[in-house]
Amino acid sequence: MFGLANPDRFLRFTRPLMPVVWTLAAVLLALSVWLAFTAPEDFRQGDTVRIMFVHVPAASVGLGIYLALGVSSFFALVFRHPLADAAARAAALPGAAYTALALITGSLWGKPMWGAWWVWGDARLMSELVLLLFYIGYMALRASIDDEAKAARAAAVLGLVGLINLPIVKFSVDWWNTLHQPASLLRAEGPSVTAEILAPLLVSMAAWAIFFLAVWLTAIRTGIVRRRVLSIRARRALEA
Amino acid sequence: MLDLDMGKYAAYVWPAWGVSAVVLGVLAARALLAARRWSAELKRLEAERPPEA
Repeated sequence: MFGLANPDRFLRFTRPLMPVVWTLAAVLLALSVWLAFTAPEDFRQGDTVRIMFVHVPAASVGLGIYLALGVSSFFALVFRHPLADAAARAAALPGAAYTALALITGSLWGKPMWGAWWVWGDARLMSELVLLLFYIGYMALRASIDDEAKAARAAAVLGLVGLINLPIVKFSVDWWNTLHQPASLLRAEGPSVTAEILAPLLVSMAAWAIFFLAVWLTAIRTGIVRRRVLSIRARRALEA
Repeated sequence: MLDLDMGKYAAYVWPAWGVSAVVLGVLAARALLAARRWSAELKRLEAERPPEA
């Protein structure tokens, strides 16, 4: 596992994997679209249940991505490892995009079902918004410091702090009174969703997770190559 | 059976799917284009002067 932390070995090891992961993501996404529009209407939500097949994966994978960012930040901070820093950095944009999609699609579901686009003060909605702000803050902080090493360290600290928000997002529906429905998949009693909806939901969650993996690995590889390019340029500028 | 008639909820379902498709498309395109650009730049620099030289 730690052998892969060597950037060269990481590049060599992931190179043949890339076409496989991208193809798998494309196939799973296509399958999830088909399943989403062949699933039966929900007897209470009607056709709005089809928003769930983009909302739930965007929200759950978006939350998982922050865990990847936070853990990578930890390794970047403690071991000062460039690959961990590249991993944290590469997770920020897709994480922000997924979380923004969760908020937008949630809002598009909320209007017809709750009668409101947004509810200020709702614990799940607010903690999800805070998650988006952590992602944006992370990217803004990196962009605002010119010195790469300093930017990496400052961003890693912010990345770690944001981990505190993850259990708040996940358990907000249990800890507070919120409009958002409680967990329907990861519960002690098992999923409360019928099989006809559960199967497309799980496929779409897998599709969004693998798609993130494809984007993430590609961006980590680019981060390593970029670092190399910048160091060659700097060295040659010194020689010149 | 494929069901594309979203009835009275069409105005909510299609924008949700549309914005998701656009965002995922942009993420993929951005990642792949950046990968190509930086790899090409590294190759160019190394071709100018091989790493061991």
